[in-house]
Amino acid sequence: MSPEEPRRQGRLKIILGYAAGVGKTYKMLDEGQQLKASGHDVVIGYFEPHGRQDTIAKTEGLEVVPRRIIEYRGKQFEEMDTPAILARKPEISLVDEFPHTNVPGSERTKRWEDVFIMLDEGIDVMTTMNIQHLESLNDRMREITGVQVRETIPDWVVKRADEIVMVDLTPGALLNRLARGVVYAPEKARQARDNFFKETTLAALREMALRQVAHEVDVRQPEAGELKRQDVSEHRERILIYVTESPTSAGLIRRGRRVADYLKADCFAVSVQSGRAEPQLAIEQHLDFARKLHIDTRVLESEDAAQALVDFAHRNGVTQIFLAKPPRVALPFLSKKQVVMRVVRLAKDLQVTVVAERRRV
Amino acid sequence: MTNPEYRRPSPEQLLRQVEAEEQRRSRGKLKVFLGYASGVGKSYRMLDEGRRRKARGEDVVVAAVQPEAPSEVAGLLETMEQIPRRMDLSSPCIDVDAILRRKPRVCLIDGLAYRNPPGSRNPERWQDVEQLLNAGISVITTINLQYIAERQKQVEAIRGKSARDSVPESFIRSADEIEIVDAPPEYCVTRTQDAGPDSPMETARIEQQLSELREIALLLAAEVVDHQLEEYLRQQGIEQSYGTHERILVCVTPRSNASLMIHRGQRQAERFHGDLHVAYVEQDDLSDSDRDTLRDNLAAARAANAQVEILHGEDPVSAILAFAERQGITQIFVGHSLRSGWLDNLRPNPVERFILDAEGIDVRIFPHAAAPGEHE
Repeated sequence: MSPEEPRRQGRLKIILGYAAGVGKTYKMLDEGQQLKASGHDVVIGYFEPHGRQDTIAKTEGLEVVPRRIIEYRGKQFEEMDTPAILARKPEISLVDEFPHTNVPGSERTKRWEDVFIMLDEGIDVMTTMNIQHLESLNDRMREITGVQVRETIPDWVVKRADEIVMVDLTPGALLNRLARGVVYAPEKARQARDNFFKETTLAALREMALRQVAHEVDVRQPEAGELKRQDVSEHRERILIYVTESPTSAGLIRRGRRVADYLKADCFAVSVQSGRAEPQLAIEQHLDFARKLHIDTRVLESEDAAQALVDFAHRNGVTQIFLAKPPRVALPFLSKKQVVMRVVRLAKDLQVTVVAERRRV
Repeated sequence: MTNPEYRRPSPEQLLRQVEAEEQRRSRGKLKVFLGYASGVGKSYRMLDEGRRRKARGEDVVVAAVQPEAPSEVAGLLETMEQIPRRMDLSSPCIDVDAILRRKPRVCLIDGLAYRNPPGSRNPERWQDVEQLLNAGISVITTINLQYIAERQKQVEAIRGKSARDSVPESFIRSADEIEIVDAPPEYCVTRTQDAGPDSPMETARIEQQLSELREIALLLAAEVVDHQLEEYLRQQGIEQSYGTHERILVCVTPRSNASLMIHRGQRQAERFHGDLHVAYVEQDDLSDSDRDTLRDNLAAARAANAQVEILHGEDPVSAILAFAERQGITQIFVGHSLRSGWLDNLRPNPVERFILDAEGIDVRIFPHAAAPGEHE
């Protein structure tokens, strides 16, 4: 925070929770108040009150940059006013709901992109998010909650945060808050309790959040700590993810990304294009998705997908190939012709991981 | 969890469960705020919870607050009823008799890992707490990671100094609720050291230590949550796993490249903070040398801290999949060596059966022998 470095990058702090109502926004505002009390220039860039009185009271005395109105299809939407925040140029900006998607017509699609602009301008940002919005956990979240979360945030965005702090609360206490109407209005509370807010679901989400923050703490430790725990001679892993037009590809890409992050491995997503067939839109979309998660992509041309994959793996020092579990076929011997089975046979010197879709609980 | 019978309680077990349940009901509830260092704000969180409960009409008293507590804690404290501590041999300790006489619904006791002066009713404060819980008084308390007995070696290796007082981890795990008080390390460094550390290098060193402690505390809390969740699901007779936690099963045979597979399994389990299981399906027709190899492999598995399981069954693939299902396994590691004569066989070979039949479980297939590029 020294004033003699004018173009310094702002610092990003994420306050992470596992469900609505655990107190992320309250914590963000509370820290904002403390920072202001110790002489820092703090503004509220965006704040979502959800009608919670305790939280609203916490904004008292903090400067708010008013939202702006954006018209879309004849309706008016309130969004964070990024240009106004940049013009105000505070030292610290508090921005609620990091994974939010902006209404069409905004300069940028995602709120996190707005936040990155602020950071580039040297503004420190404190923001909030829930664990279920993390892209690589998307499939797990659907298994745990039964809900497909649409608003996701790529893991590399979260990795760029300088600090991640967990707001913890036991599911019992959260359910109490819900029952007292602190989190949602009564009829919405009942609905929430039936779906997302089952105690076991909350416990599972809480565990995921605790593990994720532990992981984030781990990757932020300097390399000295790393060397202590890791065999120095260890070979670096390289993971190849085989992308097809099948909808299972998205889950496979997330899983590969997550494993690569944990093993600190390189990661490629590869598809194989036959010269005879038309390029498929679904494959292009999956490769696009991989690139959004900062995975390098390649399209190979071959009539024999299994052979092309294994050759590519050998040429590029791949140590592990990730493929989706093949669909069941009527006659067992036909499964031998499937790409997965052929890769297993051809790649005798490599590890092959066949990823199954996790069961719905 | 190695015993598969665990999920089918006997009548005696059920009776014990009912008795335990009754005891739990009359007992006070224990809530623990866990921090990884002093200065993260545990005392504040404890008192803030006490204040909120009092505002909702619960009968709350304070029996102990750390003397070094910051100013915002003092403000909260003024609004609460306090039970003065006794001075035994010039060291203060909580007045258990006075609390029992006062019999509040909730008692706040800071600093669970406190050693009472010699001659006190109980040698340790956590035993005082136990007594209050048994008397039906709920307790909200705080503890730092370094005082949990089973974690002390690990913490000592990081901090380079040891803590005198300790509380058994089983007592912490017996808590009805545990909440982690999380804060970034620099917060603790600036808060706990009045003048601040001497040099930037010293600050970096302390932050590094704190960050390692923070990771351990978060994982401990995750383990407790996982354990409580499983316990709950088991009580409800739900045999499902939420898969929040990786469980890796390495299948070894005398001919698989067991050392590589166990090593990879161990590393994966460590990185994902999951569990490692190693299974072998009993075969009768083993040669002496196969038997020796197998013994070595299983010894290596135990050395890697794996839970080793010997399975039985005519069909190894089914035996392994049934075991995996029971244990909520998320990844199975198998060797190529499991295949036999697949070329002239139209039926799926064992590896193919794993791929086709493992529902909701990843299958990772390993090369038969150490391949180029694989260094052990």
